[in-house]
Amino acid sequence: MTGKLITTTPTRRSLLKGLALGTGAIAAGSALPRFVQAQSSATIKLGFQVHRTGIGASYGRWYERTANAALKVINDGGGINGRPVELIFEDDGTDPKRGAEVVEKLVTQAKCDMILGTLFSHVVMGSAPRAGELKVPYLVCSEGHHVAAGALNRWTLQPSITDVKSQVKSMAPWVTANLGKKVTMVFPDYAFGHDHRDYFTAAVVAQGGEVIKQIAIPPTETNFTRYFPQIPNDTEVLYHVMVGPAVLTFVKEMGEFYGSGARPEIFGFIDSLEAVSIDSPGLEFLEGTHFWEGYPRYKQADASEHETFYRAAVGVDDNGASVSDPTDVSTYSHMFSTWETLFVIKQMMEESGYQSTTDRQAFVEALEATAGFDESQEHPQGPKIFNGKTHQVFGLQSITNLAEGKLTRVHQTTMEDGFYPDETDYTTQSF
Amino acid sequence: MDFGPFLLLALMEGLVTAAVLALTASGLSLVFGIMRVVNVAHGEFFMLGAVLAWFVSVSVPGPAPVAFAVALLVCPLIVGAIAALADILVLKRLNYAPEPTIVATIGLLYILQQAALSFFGPDARPVPAPFSFRIQLPWFGYAGYKLVVVAAAGLLLLAVWLILTRTRAGLIMRATQQDRDTARAFGINVDRVYAGVFAMGAGLAAVAAVLIVPIRQAHYLMGGDPLLLSFIVVIIGGLGSLRGTLVAALLIGLSDGVISTFFAPTLAKILATLLVAMVLVFRPQGLFGKRAP
Repeated sequence: MTGKLITTTPTRRSLLKGLALGTGAIAAGSALPRFVQAQSSATIKLGFQVHRTGIGASYGRWYERTANAALKVINDGGGINGRPVELIFEDDGTDPKRGAEVVEKLVTQAKCDMILGTLFSHVVMGSAPRAGELKVPYLVCSEGHHVAAGALNRWTLQPSITDVKSQVKSMAPWVTANLGKKVTMVFPDYAFGHDHRDYFTAAVVAQGGEVIKQIAIPPTETNFTRYFPQIPNDTEVLYHVMVGPAVLTFVKEMGEFYGSGARPEIFGFIDSLEAVSIDSPGLEFLEGTHFWEGYPRYKQADASEHETFYRAAVGVDDNGASVSDPTDVSTYSHMFSTWETLFVIKQMMEESGYQSTTDRQAFVEALEATAGFDESQEHPQGPKIFNGKTHQVFGLQSITNLAEGKLTRVHQTTMEDGFYPDETDYTTQSF
Repeated sequence: MDFGPFLLLALMEGLVTAAVLALTASGLSLVFGIMRVVNVAHGEFFMLGAVLAWFVSVSVPGPAPVAFAVALLVCPLIVGAIAALADILVLKRLNYAPEPTIVATIGLLYILQQAALSFFGPDARPVPAPFSFRIQLPWFGYAGYKLVVVAAAGLLLLAVWLILTRTRAGLIMRATQQDRDTARAFGINVDRVYAGVFAMGAGLAAVAAVLIVPIRQAHYLMGGDPLLLSFIVVIIGGLGSLRGTLVAALLIGLSDGVISTFFAPTLAKILATLLVAMVLVFRPQGLFGKRAP
């Protein structure tokens, strides 16, 4: 007997000891699931391309808050496939060039599983090609029609917010029937505004109306008074949509221009007033005008329990402002898309059995095969129909009326109002 | 809209642009005329004035006119102090050599812009106008405050002209401009004159911004346009010539108002830049500048 566990000539006792240790180790191992499970329990990393600075900053702030609120709900509920989820935010300065770099950084350095959250259409246009080259799912929250138009690639999808073409197509019948048939449009002079120009004009013509003047304004403009004289006198409806930091100036100067004199009916996309309080001084003239809202900022009388939950989780009060600061108004008609996109990722990762970055293709295929999403806590804005061929989702739109300082819904479109023939089929592209 | 009212609105808009531009550009022209420094950070001093006006408007209690009056006094002083500090700490140590000062002011541009982003944030923030009466013409409404901006800018420019031509401080500035070494030989503290002039130039940009911010909102990226337009005005008018700056500001402001109202703002910028090119080719000293000896 040597006292050593392993000797060159094993004794009966040392063999028994070794055997006991070995089986013990195996038994202990089976009690720890990570050794027997085939699947990873590592954190799922989702890259979020956020407009923290630049002209999209007010949207970016709320996109970040909404995504973090959804993340908390997901992690409190056990994560995705039982794995914890982490969001990695990276600022793109609302700049297309930096957008592509952010995609690169999130994928190659931060090792993100996929990327979501981009809003401004020129940033989407600049970033999506890089996502396609890196073969990483890129889920945008942008409204732009470029996804459904076939301008992007198989890895770029828009599963939570309706595109502008569908939005304006569904609005046009109501506008021409209730406000007037001679329309003048004021829109920002880049891709997003051009979507409005092209598709709303066509939709109005289809309703027997006419767009008599199109006024394009550069997105960096700070002085708007000089554009308003171009509005023809026989305009029945003034259609406005504006973005960027100067939106409040835009609407104020429109009010100054019309003053107390006669004015046409005004129909605006809420984009012109996202993150801006309706009761700002100088906006009194908007009383009685109508807005498109993707998701009404003021809590409506018939709000669902899901919406109540969503508002509370994000920290938005019944007037659409932050619960901690009533002057910090949200971008309510857009930011829901980040919440819903995160739940789309969760659902599709679970349905496709997503394990690692090698399953990215399976994720895209699972999403392409989805018919849509029901109204639920995960999709509080309402039901959605997803078109796997065009990678574009369709939802319900609201028209609200500003009365007594609150926006109240007067019309909600149907899904069918917003449908248009497919313009592309991404599923025929190779991965 | 009919041609008459259309033209009236265009001219009114042009006048507002011209007034603010004249103030901003005279600051740039002053700094170049006396110090021979091309201040690329001039637009950021403009931005700083607007951003500080927002801070004043939220921290001074009471009615909007009071907060605005405080902003009009305090903001140019703070911006001027920052400029004087930049002059003493940076430009003076470069001996005002042309190339290094351009690079240094580019650096200053980024420092000020990023500082505004850090402390003020990325959002555009409105500053309430001291009063909100509106002039209702038969064809369109117009903010009365905009006309006040024109009048206030006119008064301020008159004050600058009086300081330069009628006061002892102005005399010292002009002496330093003519010959820095001789001025020093006569006991003028040239360092102090330079710091003062740089502060005054920045202060003029800041006061222009305080005047315009109730119309335009404060934003950390708002310094780009005033810088470009100021350079256009100063080159056309003649670097260092206050009279030329005024004439060029009126020319650029009014033509910008008319062209951008009747045609497109981009066309107005194209024509202004073309005019700069023409001036540089055919009259490099500018309309009112003196040819370098």
